Amino acid sequence: MIVVNNLSRHFHRLKAVDELSFTIKPGEIVGFLGPNGAGKSTTMKMLTGFLEPTSGSIEINGQNMPGEAKALQEIIGYLPEGAPLYGDMTVFQFLCFIAGVRGLKGKRRKARLQNVIEQVELHDVLNRQIDKLSKGFRHRIGLAQAIIHDPDILILDEPTDGLDPNQKHEVRELIKKLSKEKIVIISTHILEEVSAVCNRALIIHEGKKLFDGTPYELQCRSRYHQAITLHFSYAADISGLAEIDGVEEMEIDRETGDITLFPEPGKLIMAPVTEHVSHFRLPVDKFTIETGRLDDVFREITIGKGA
Amino acid sequence: MHSLTIARREFGSFFATPIAYVYIAIFLVLSGVCTFFMGDFYARGQADLLPFFEFHPWLYLFLVPAIAMRSWAEEKKSGTIELLMTLPVSTTQTVIGKFLACWTILGLALLMTTPLWLTVNYLGSPDNGIIVAAYIGTWLMSGAFLAISQCLSAVSRSQVVAFVLSVVVCFIFVVSGSDIVIDAFKNWANNLVVDTVASFSFLTHFDAMAKGVLAASDVAYFVLVTASWLFASVIIIDENKAD
Repeated sequence: MIVVNNLSRHFHRLKAVDELSFTIKPGEIVGFLGPNGAGKSTTMKMLTGFLEPTSGSIEINGQNMPGEAKALQEIIGYLPEGAPLYGDMTVFQFLCFIAGVRGLKGKRRKARLQNVIEQVELHDVLNRQIDKLSKGFRHRIGLAQAIIHDPDILILDEPTDGLDPNQKHEVRELIKKLSKEKIVIISTHILEEVSAVCNRALIIHEGKKLFDGTPYELQCRSRYHQAITLHFSYAADISGLAEIDGVEEMEIDRETGDITLFPEPGKLIMAPVTEHVSHFRLPVDKFTIETGRLDDVFREITIGKGA
Repeated sequence: MHSLTIARREFGSFFATPIAYVYIAIFLVLSGVCTFFMGDFYARGQADLLPFFEFHPWLYLFLVPAIAMRSWAEEKKSGTIELLMTLPVSTTQTVIGKFLACWTILGLALLMTTPLWLTVNYLGSPDNGIIVAAYIGTWLMSGAFLAISQCLSAVSRSQVVAFVLSVVVCFIFVVSGSDIVIDAFKNWANNLVVDTVASFSFLTHFDAMAKGVLAASDVAYFVLVTASWLFASVIIIDENKAD
């Protein structure tokens, strides 16, 4: 359980984190969202005890963060932004070093090493120097070092940054697998990641919390939530579409010819639209129900316009 | 225990990169050059290693900052300091670990000068007790140089800045006991000031050690200098690790 109260961090005059408060319970996978420089990394650095807060408090399992940092750091796994690693070591040396510092010994050490190497799929590069590996591997090594002691709390700063789609998928699967009884906090500016992995989203902007809810709630905020996009195989009379009960607005994309029907808030328009289409025998060759465009919501929340 | 884990990693990384080899090679070459050409090892006609030890402060002056400059500057630059400081290891343990790793390498370089010792024993019959004492003395002194250099490496993320700062500070510690500085002070300051300045000098304290006298005050001086600079490192790192 993480309880953060009025957390602030100033760098000289800049307020990187400004009176942030939230509570995270075990089992939650929280996605920190926000534009670059929003204070996500700073918050994570304070949660892991790397930075001390200017004011406010962090309590993890009832213990104070900067106060009992060394005890708490034993149950936290952390992947710093950009996955910094000791490049002159081989992958195996590095993992052994981390296991050593984490106090893993004997059989457990061997078992944990085997486990993470398998989970993150590092067997092929174990004896390669870290400096000579690709970014994808470096991120995976960073992830391996963060989970080697099977931590209760996992804090990952942009874990999928710079990975190819396959690697991203693997990392997401890994995070999902890990997180049954744990707390996982990931920061990202890839919005799909939040709906793919997290069960809670926190949007931070200029150090302040702007949204706290499930990714679904975030989607619901989109104007496109439950909107219907149609395409006709040849020109047809579309004048009636805007008049359907529950449709608030109709938009036509002139380039693609796609027609989007926006519902009035809280209304579902699929049934009346399909009825209309079959009644007038409209030549529909594409019919999509939108789930909501997170990019728009994100822009709306952080800039206060868009969508 | 954690310090040893850190020390082992650091030690390994010195040998994974050519740094340790370069340091040892240059130290051996330069100490040889100094002993035989500048120290008149043969012409003195004495079976001792004084000409060898005499030059050590001047060798350390450049070589120790060179090997220590990356200690913290590199961690900061590559961001690994964030990894290191969020592991359950205290700053003090890390500082000690890094110091021990580097100090061991300085010790290794000294060990590799034993052929010189054998040579002296072959040429004459030196007092080996004196030589052992001088070896211990020079290793202690190198620790003081190292503590200063590692501390200043924590000041900046640039290794060049760390190197230059370290050389300057070490130089001040070395020359404060030299004739030039003492003379400059003698003209206007009273004896107390002159003695204080001189007592800060590595040269003053090392002089006796090089001759084989391990006085408690000299040993205590180097241990104290080392400990205070290591302590300063802990404070500096805790303060500016995120800069």
